Amino acid sequence: MISIKGLQKIFTFDNKQITAVDQLSLDIQEGEIFGVIGYSGAGKSTFIRLLNRLEEPTEGSIQINNQEITQLNKKDLRIARQDIGMIFQHFNLLWSRTVKDNIAFPLEIAGFPTAEREKRVQELIDLVGLSGKENAYPSQLSGGQKQRVGIARALANKPKLLLCDEATSALDPETTNAILDLLVDINEKLGLTIILITHEMHVIRKICNRVAVMENGRIVEQGDVLDVFLHPQQTVTKKFVEQVMGVADESESIHHLINTYNEGRIIRLHFIGETTNQALISQVAKAYPIDINILQGKITQTQRGAYGTLFVQLKGDSSDMEEAVTFIQKNTSVEVEVIRDAH
Amino acid sequence: MLTNLFPALKLEELWQATYETFYMTILALVGTFIFGILLGLLLYLTMRGGIWENKFINLIVASFVNIFRAIPFIILILLLFPFTNFLMGTIRGPNAALPALIIGAAPFYGRLVEIALKEVDKGVVEASKAMGAKTRTIIFRVLLPESMPALISGITVTAIALIGYTAMAGVIGAGGLGNYAYYFGFQRRDFDVVLVCTIVIVVIVFIFQFIGDYIANKIDKR
Repeated sequence: MISIKGLQKIFTFDNKQITAVDQLSLDIQEGEIFGVIGYSGAGKSTFIRLLNRLEEPTEGSIQINNQEITQLNKKDLRIARQDIGMIFQHFNLLWSRTVKDNIAFPLEIAGFPTAEREKRVQELIDLVGLSGKENAYPSQLSGGQKQRVGIARALANKPKLLLCDEATSALDPETTNAILDLLVDINEKLGLTIILITHEMHVIRKICNRVAVMENGRIVEQGDVLDVFLHPQQTVTKKFVEQVMGVADESESIHHLINTYNEGRIIRLHFIGETTNQALISQVAKAYPIDINILQGKITQTQRGAYGTLFVQLKGDSSDMEEAVTFIQKNTSVEVEVIRDAH
Repeated sequence: MLTNLFPALKLEELWQATYETFYMTILALVGTFIFGILLGLLLYLTMRGGIWENKFINLIVASFVNIFRAIPFIILILLLFPFTNFLMGTIRGPNAALPALIIGAAPFYGRLVEIALKEVDKGVVEASKAMGAKTRTIIFRVLLPESMPALISGITVTAIALIGYTAMAGVIGAGGLGNYAYYFGFQRRDFDVVLVCTIVIVVIVFIFQFIGDYIANKIDKR
C-alpha cells in the first residue's frame, strides 16, 4: 500500500547541513499497524511528517495507494491529504470550537453539506466513545478525551491511512492503553492502515504488527514485532526490548536459581507468540505425574500472542520429565531450554 | 454667541461633540480593524517560516508599519492634509479626520494582530494543513478565530488610543469633544467646559474598555 524508496531529508541551518532522514526505504502493507521506534533525534518525527509532506522531502519517492506523493502539485497534495488522517502528541485541537465542530472541520475543508456533516460527526463521536461531550470545548476535556477527538477528526474523511505522531506520549499509562485499544479497534473495524511513531516499546508491543527501529535517520532493524523482540540485532533495539522485558542479562539470576533449587530439573520456556498454549503448564501437569514449580519469568502480550520467558522447576520421575519436555517441544511453539538436568 | 452661553445650548453642543467623538472613533475603529488585520496577516504570513514566506514583502510592510507608528499623531494629521483633501474633498469636520485616524492607528493595531497570530498554536495550523486546508481556510477558520480574544483585546487598546487621537484631531478642526474643549472651553477660559469634556471622554474610555473586556472574556474558551 505504501512504498517508500530512498527517502531523504536534509535540513540546512546557518550553512550547516543536518540529515534527519537518510536513504530510507520501507514497504507497508494495507491494513497493518506499523510502528517506528527511536529515541528523540532519531528522525522518526521528520519521517512521519514527510509522508504527507508537512516537511518537503529532499530526495526519494513516497507512493501511497499507487499515488506518487512527492510529485503532487499543491492542489492535488491538498486533496491527497484529505485521505490521510493524522493525530498528534499535543492533539492540536482548535480551542475555539466544540468537540462537534472540531470533528466537523475536516468535513468543512472537504466541502460536505451541513446535514451530511452532522450525521458523520455523530457516527464518529459514537465510534470514539465521546457521546454526551458533543458540545464541550477542548479545555473541558481530559487528555485522553482530547486524543479521542483528535482520532475522530482524523477519521472524518474516511481515510485509508492514519499517521500517529507520538499520539500517546503526552498521556498517562492507563489512558495510553485505552487510546491504543481504540486504535486497534478502528484498525480492525475500518481496515485502516496505521503508521505510528513512538519512543515507547510498550506501544509497539501492544498494537503493532511490524516495527522499524530508527537511529540517526536510518532504519537499523525492521521486521515482525515478535521477531524483533526475540532476536534483537542492534544495541538500540536491545535497549528498547529491555524497556518492556527488563534487563536481558540473566546469567546471574540463573546461577542463583540453580543454587537455590537444587532438586529436579530447571528449564527455561520461551513463549514466542502463540495464544493456543496458554494453559501449557496445567496441561503438562495433568498429563504427566510431575510437579511444576514456577520460579521466575516475564510474559507479555503482543498483537501476535504471548512473548516472554518462564523458568520452571520440574520434579518427579526422570523419564516423566523427559516425556513432558518432549511433549512441549513437539506440540507447542514454546521453545525449551534445559538449564540444569536432574541429578 | 461669544458672550453668554445658555446652559441648554451648552448641553446641546456637548451632545453634538460627544456624538462626533463616537462617530469618529467608531468609523475609524472599523477601518483600523480591517486594515490592521490585513497588515498583521501580511506580517505574519510573510515572516520567516510563514505560509507565504517572502522577505521582500515582509520588509516593505514592516517598514510601512514602523514609519507610521513613529510619526507623532498630531504631525501625521498635518502631513496628511493634501491626501485628506484629495480623498474627502475637505480638511475640516469629523469625516476629514478619518483617513489620518485610520492611518495612525492601523499600523499600531497591525503589530498587535501580528503578535496575536504568533500566539496561535503552530500545531493547530499544522493539523489544518495535514487535513488539506487551503490557506484561505487556515486564515478564516483557524488563525482569526483562534486568536480572536487577543484581537479583541488589541482593538480595545487601539480604540482607547483612537479616542485620544480624535481629541487631538479636534483641536485642529475635526470636531468632537477635543474641539469643543479647546475652542469653547480653553480659549474662552470656560474651564468648566474643559472639565465636563474630560469627564465625558473618561466615561467613553471606560465604556470601550468594559465592552472589550466583556467580549474577550465571553469568546475565550481556553
